[in-house]
Amino acid sequence: MAHKTLIQAINEALHLEMKRDERVMIMGEDVGANGGVFRATEGIYNEFGADRAVDTPLAEAGIIGSAIGMAAYGLRPVPEIQFDGFMLPAFDQLVSHAARLRWRTRGRFTCPMTVRVPYGGGIRALEHHSEAPETYYAHTPGFKVVLPSNPYDAKGLLLASIRDPDPVIYFEPKRLYRAFRQDVPEEDYEVPIGKAAVVKEGTDVTVISWGTMVRVSEEAAEKAQEEKGISVELIDLRTLWPLDIDTVIASVQKTGRCVVVHEAPRTVGLGAEIISLINEKALLHLEAPVVRVTGYDVAMPLFRMENYYMPNANRVLQGILKTVQF
Amino acid sequence: MPHLTLIQAVNDALHLAMKHDDRVVVLGEDVGENGGVFRATEGLHDTFGEDRVVDTPLAEGAILGAAIGMAAYGIRPIPEIQFTGFMPMVFDHMVSHASRLRWRTRGRFTCPLVLRAPYGSGIHAPEHHSESHEAYYMHTPGLKVVVPSNPYDAKGLLISAIKDPNPVLFFEPKRIYRAIRQEVPEEIYEIPLGKAAVVNEGTDVTVITFGSMTHMAKEAITRASEQGISAELIDLRTVWPLDIDTISTSVAKTGRCVIVQEAPRAASFSSEILTLIHEKVFDSLQAPVERVAGFDTPMPYYRMENYYLPNANRILAGINNVLNF
Amino acid sequence: MATKSKANKPVTVKDVFKNKFTPYTLLNPDGTLNGPAPDLSPEQLQAMHRVMVEARVFDERAVNLQRQGRLGTFAPLSGQEAAQVGSAFALRKTDWLFPSYREHAACALHGQPWLDILKYWGGNEDGSRVPDDVNIFPVAIPIATQIIHAVGAAWAAKIQGKDDATLVFFGDGGTSEGDFHEGLNFAGVFKTATVFLCQNNFYAISLPRESQTSSESIAQKAISYGIEGIQVDGNDVLAMYQMTKEAFDRGRAGEGPTLIEAQTYRYGPHTTADDPTRYRDSAEVDQWKERDPIERLKNYMISQSIWDDGKEEALWEDVRAQMAKVVEDYEALPERPVEEIFKYTFEEMPWHLEEQLAELKDFIAEYGNPNEGHH
Ligand SMILES: Cc1ncc(C[n+]2csc(CCOP(=O)(O)OP(=O)(O)O)c2C)c(N)n1
Repeated sequence: MAHKTLIQAINEALHLEMKRDERVMIMGEDVGANGGVFRATEGIYNEFGADRAVDTPLAEAGIIGSAIGMAAYGLRPVPEIQFDGFMLPAFDQLVSHAARLRWRTRGRFTCPMTVRVPYGGGIRALEHHSEAPETYYAHTPGFKVVLPSNPYDAKGLLLASIRDPDPVIYFEPKRLYRAFRQDVPEEDYEVPIGKAAVVKEGTDVTVISWGTMVRVSEEAAEKAQEEKGISVELIDLRTLWPLDIDTVIASVQKTGRCVVVHEAPRTVGLGAEIISLINEKALLHLEAPVVRVTGYDVAMPLFRMENYYMPNANRVLQGILKTVQF
Repeated sequence: MPHLTLIQAVNDALHLAMKHDDRVVVLGEDVGENGGVFRATEGLHDTFGEDRVVDTPLAEGAILGAAIGMAAYGIRPIPEIQFTGFMPMVFDHMVSHASRLRWRTRGRFTCPLVLRAPYGSGIHAPEHHSESHEAYYMHTPGLKVVVPSNPYDAKGLLISAIKDPNPVLFFEPKRIYRAIRQEVPEEIYEIPLGKAAVVNEGTDVTVITFGSMTHMAKEAITRASEQGISAELIDLRTVWPLDIDTISTSVAKTGRCVIVQEAPRAASFSSEILTLIHEKVFDSLQAPVERVAGFDTPMPYYRMENYYLPNANRILAGINNVLNF
Repeated sequence: MATKSKANKPVTVKDVFKNKFTPYTLLNPDGTLNGPAPDLSPEQLQAMHRVMVEARVFDERAVNLQRQGRLGTFAPLSGQEAAQVGSAFALRKTDWLFPSYREHAACALHGQPWLDILKYWGGNEDGSRVPDDVNIFPVAIPIATQIIHAVGAAWAAKIQGKDDATLVFFGDGGTSEGDFHEGLNFAGVFKTATVFLCQNNFYAISLPRESQTSSESIAQKAISYGIEGIQVDGNDVLAMYQMTKEAFDRGRAGEGPTLIEAQTYRYGPHTTADDPTRYRDSAEVDQWKERDPIERLKNYMISQSIWDDGKEEALWEDVRAQMAKVVEDYEALPERPVEEIFKYTFEEMPWHLEEQLAELKDFIAEYGNPNEGHH
């Protein structure tokens, strides 16, 4: 088994699936000869040619709109939106069409596409290049929203996404693209959509997170154990919507305390939905209010101040202590 | 005092605002001679002329985008988007620019505009004409979201929104555009943004909602009172940033709460309100907060919209659930 | 209803446009003129020249700073100075400029201090806070969105009976976005005094111009909006000035907007995060360097006897010192307080932001500054 980074795992999944299923094609800005601005699509153009690795003009609505038509026609497009902030020009195509094509046509047309998007902050990027927009898509009925936190999951989730019969928003935590390596099997495997991972079992408090924040939460969990003797159960949602409610509720019922960590702005962040679900399904098990450790309700600052904005291990630790000391 | 419908109150507010401030400009599709597809801008074109009441080409992105440039330049645009279903076309300009222009330029440029859009469902409209999108805008830092529930508030809130130095989304519940009449003063008056109204005081349970759902909730609490339940009804009026004090005080008193909205439930208005209650008055809660909401599906075509929309019965059931917990 | 025409032959768009566009050039690479010189004094020519040199040196410094980890990702402009300076020179002080992200020269010329430009790329929001008497919109990263804002501002000026005009920059890639279409269409309908300045540098990151659009020229796209359009040699500062000036004159006279396609070239990478060797030859870069915009104006000024090699050398020296000072000032800037993140979200801070700010301050008090060692 080879040691791979998250971006290599994504690249490998794309290669594999394009070889296995000739309906699969990638499209987007600079994804062809250039191999993508992060090199996620490196080598695909050379191996599969310009028809299946398409450099599109600079137009996100055009990319998503045409991918919808392709998917309905029978292909399996994997469009790339170059950065999280640039999903917005395609918002109408996503919300009014991709999300509801199956619903509107009673299944006559479907939209099996996987929109790949580098996601989130932490790489000192420019304005509009560090957004965490999962709420918009979780709130829009019809999407599955996926966000891996490690190379192994990245590969398995991407393969599952491309094979999924519905549109999937596949966010890639760009801060983790090359942050670490992991053993990733060469062969084909899937990580099922809709299943969270219990990264670490624990008994005192449940921490729920996704993407880059899983790494941050892991660090916090270690600190909590070492410094305060607190046993943290850490859940990596992996699929943000529809989320794995059973894993969440079972854990909160066990620990009675919970912290939700995300980098998106707080108000109507996914944290609010998770807390709502816990309130509805496990209120009586709670020994303290669930704590949100999140980005603030401001625009993502320019990079000089992004470390104030992004939750870090200490902020998660502070949240853990707040629930434990309630 | 004249008896006005909600749409007449909106129209009245626009007339007054344009008369009192010649920087105010209305723009959108069919808002000029035609007076808007719902007649919200009726008469404005005749009174203020085509420079200030502009029929634009059919392009929502450009309607908001141009309004951003106008607002920064120093005029006070009121763009209309014909239906909320077409709001996704303005989304990039709203999120990437309108919401953060002040922030990005440290106050050097601001974006005092009011985007008006007929909102929500319940009028048997075609597809993409009945959406409730407030969650997208609540989640986007820098925007204010207002939804009136009656003619009096509609006028006062719209005047405040136009005077507000920040971008405001003013969603008009089209289901009650003409459903009710109310005495509305002729003069200009303001209802402050960020202040909820306690429509009915009560002690057993708090019902929180806004817009046309306020009327459903009223019906529900009337029926609840027949069962001996005393419900407090809060009409938020400003959906974001909201009046947290009124909510906290009420739920601290009643210990039980039902939140009502038309929008899909997942990651929505109700999630945030529920969470805020959870954070602020956890110890007072005697039952899980109940959400009565639209479902996590697209808005059905009109024949089935009544299954989708919360109604008095569903709200009453919600009230009973929290009381019988 | 059939109209009578002599030759009943359908006229197709391709018939009309085939090979019709060539870039308008006034100043040849060797410094000779092709037509009447624009009405510019020696001082004005020297001022243009100086800003172009400032931009070139600034670029070099900024790229170096980035390479040393002292600046964030940066979009260099070298090669495109004339397209920016020639056009922005036609702005009046009260006119509004809407840049994309590469128009450092145009912005500096229109009054944005170089230090502020550096601040922006250094991750400091104050960089977007232009002085009160300077009308430059902040950098627009979402491609083509600024096109419509420029239409709105010019339209507002018209509504208020003022003759302010707006100049908006975007690239060849930007013409593919829906906002390009919406913006030009609005401007055509409302006859706003807007100049749409497309710097066609033949690449949008890696995508070559011919893969961006099947149009033979970008200028010809104007026809479908009923507005004026022209293709200009973007490395010719005099042609750029003259064509933009005429476009503004038309705009202020109520004749509507103009689309200018300025053909130019960026010598460097798209941004410091880009590797251009993956998609273009160095031979191509060398070819363009022979048409360098700064050299061209210098040659012209020398031929007019208003400039000489000694002055040229002194200028570069002076500008290097100027930019060294800008960099020094940049590096001496103090860290800003965390309030800066929360301020300006709204005019007044709502309760939830007050709470979040307090939360962050408490956090820092307890756990230390998360930004330490991270600038
Ligand atoms: C809406 C949007 N999509 C994608 C990007 C990423 N991106 C940044 S610059 C660029 C290419 C722009 O090319 P062009 O418009 O020709 O301008 P140039 O950089 O050549 O000046 C791309 C794809 C973006 N900033 N905004």
